[in-house]
Amino acid sequence: MTEPSIRVSHLSKRYRIGVQVTYRTLRGDLVTAARHLIRTPHPPASQGERGTLWALDDVSFEVQKGEVVGIIGRNGAGKSTLLKVLAHITRPTRGRVELRGRVGSLLEVGTGFHNELTGRENIYLNGAILGMRRVEIERKFDEIVAFAEVERFLDTPVKHYSNGMYMRLAFAVAAHLEPEILLVDEVLAVGDAAFQKKCLGKMNQVAGEGRTVLFVSHNMPAVQNLCQRGIVLDLGKLRFDGPSDQAVQAYLATDDLRTGVVDLTNVGGRFGSGEMQLLKFWMEDQAGEPVSLINSGEPCSFAVEYCSVDGIPRRHLSMSIHINTTSGAPVTLVNTDMLNQHFETAAPRGIIRFHVPKLPLTAGMYVVDLNLATHAGHTYADFIKSAAAFEVGPGDYYGTGRPGHASAPVIFDGHWEIAPLVEGKTP
Amino acid sequence: MTSEISQPSLKVYEPPLKGLPQIDWHELWTYRELLFFLTWRDVMVRYKQAALGVAWAVIQPLMTMVIFSVIFGKLAMLPSDNLPYPVFSFAALLPWQLFSGALSRAGASLVNNSNLLTKVYFPRLIIPLSAVAAGLVDFGISLFVLLGLMLFYRIPFTWNILTLPLMMLLALLTALAAGLWLSALNVQYRDVQHIIPFLIQAWMYASPVAYSATLIPEGPWRLVYGLNPLVGVIQGFRWALLGTQPPDAMSLVSVIAVLVLLVSGLFYFQHMEETFADVV
Repeated sequence: MTEPSIRVSHLSKRYRIGVQVTYRTLRGDLVTAARHLIRTPHPPASQGERGTLWALDDVSFEVQKGEVVGIIGRNGAGKSTLLKVLAHITRPTRGRVELRGRVGSLLEVGTGFHNELTGRENIYLNGAILGMRRVEIERKFDEIVAFAEVERFLDTPVKHYSNGMYMRLAFAVAAHLEPEILLVDEVLAVGDAAFQKKCLGKMNQVAGEGRTVLFVSHNMPAVQNLCQRGIVLDLGKLRFDGPSDQAVQAYLATDDLRTGVVDLTNVGGRFGSGEMQLLKFWMEDQAGEPVSLINSGEPCSFAVEYCSVDGIPRRHLSMSIHINTTSGAPVTLVNTDMLNQHFETAAPRGIIRFHVPKLPLTAGMYVVDLNLATHAGHTYADFIKSAAAFEVGPGDYYGTGRPGHASAPVIFDGHWEIAPLVEGKTP
Repeated sequence: MTSEISQPSLKVYEPPLKGLPQIDWHELWTYRELLFFLTWRDVMVRYKQAALGVAWAVIQPLMTMVIFSVIFGKLAMLPSDNLPYPVFSFAALLPWQLFSGALSRAGASLVNNSNLLTKVYFPRLIIPLSAVAAGLVDFGISLFVLLGLMLFYRIPFTWNILTLPLMMLLALLTALAAGLWLSALNVQYRDVQHIIPFLIQAWMYASPVAYSATLIPEGPWRLVYGLNPLVGVIQGFRWALLGTQPPDAMSLVSVIAVLVLLVSGLFYFQHMEETFADVV
């Protein structure tokens, strides 16, 4: 019977929040000390409990050697705190953590990178910070450089690197760490698609080498792909622990994706001039009725209701809708400009619709970013990230009774043809 | 991989225990390469993108020496133990700048490296240690300038020069001791970073940098003055290089004072270390 690589028992971590969230001042503490001396009544003890946050609350689990476990949960669920405790960066408030084996943690890409230093210098510095010996770095140096594709810029300060190069180099150093237990936090959320793909490939390789990996991510396909097992955290508590597919389902079930007729007035995460506002978003069926589910291949419309805040009609209005998967990967973008359309005049309050003759999406949830712009698209009036979601049901896009391939979001229109080869007529 | 930093096979993390904190010297030793790299980073970064580069390590003490020579040597006519004032003050500026640079860097070190504290584990002591060590390169360069000045003023070299490392060590330990306290306090109270420049300025006037320690009259105040470890360090530098009076017995008392400050600083630092990542 081998002992587990990671054993977490009744782990809790409390943070103090509120006024003392950043740091205390000497003056403040001296005043408090003086108050104690002259025995003026100090704040009741209950305030101490109100000013605290249990980032982790009685979490227990074990991870066997060689397991690859995804940690998922909403922002503030305690995922990063869990990794910080496991990485020995911060101490538990209660409970106990046991780790068997050398631990490497990758909580951020490029920790300790210095902009003034060259790529070569940063590889050594970052490697040392992550816990590599100099001989180790020297041995892997060429491999790191090749992975990062920065051969020509090795002696250039990294401040002149493009964002992509910087991220690749930073990930390359960390990816060549060879611990027995690897803790990874959301590093794949940054960088472009090619970078993410490369990183996922490397993670896959690491996972296949029999290392124990804890992987925090918002990228649900990546979690399903890399991990056999998933742990869902919610408000510091462990909600689910089991096969990663089920964990992702459990997470999506707790996630409050807004569907149906979505009231946008109180949705945060928006920017723009604010002279106009998006009020509602919904999907309509062919009859113009709001629906919460549209099947693949059916005609439908995306609709938004807007108003101009000062009640004055606007000119040259344009609209765009970004459609993304629930893990945030872009599916497509539709806007008025692509169709050479913008609305010359717009009533102070109205509805904008985008009509789709045959919805070319496979079954699943999708999230939209909405952007209402004035001055023919030059000024964002109201841009809302992840404004709402809509659900697509399995449908009969091709009219053949067979749904589109469900693991990819997009369905192509078209038809197949085969013909015998005619001499002289090949391309 | 055996070449990676060796860690014990079982690690247990639990809530901090009450009582005196333990310092894991063995772990600190396994991270010696990180100490080297962080020190090296501090040195490299200091002179990158400076047109004059490492020449600043020479220019800074030289300019201070020129100013001191004009103001204290020529205008105030401070006695300089019968030595040319420039070389008299430079011999003191050398350990003084080693000390003051180490102290100001160490005091701010934890806050300046907050990105490391919150993202990766290593013994936190490495950070103030590397801040203190980063002054050695500058010191080495200015030492050559001083030897040049001694040749210029035809001051004979003696075997006493071999005691310099001891005095350097005392200066660095003093900076480390104060730096441990200040850096840990700075995480909790940012007031400290405003205090450090004043502290260093006051400390300089309390040390015989611009003047000779012989100016301080005998009596009880002399004893208090002697508690400042930098008095012994600077007197020692002048004695080893220029052949002035050797440091007196008070220096031994100041060594004890430094050790007390250092050990208490280590404990305070180790005690606060638990909270650095949460508070910084």
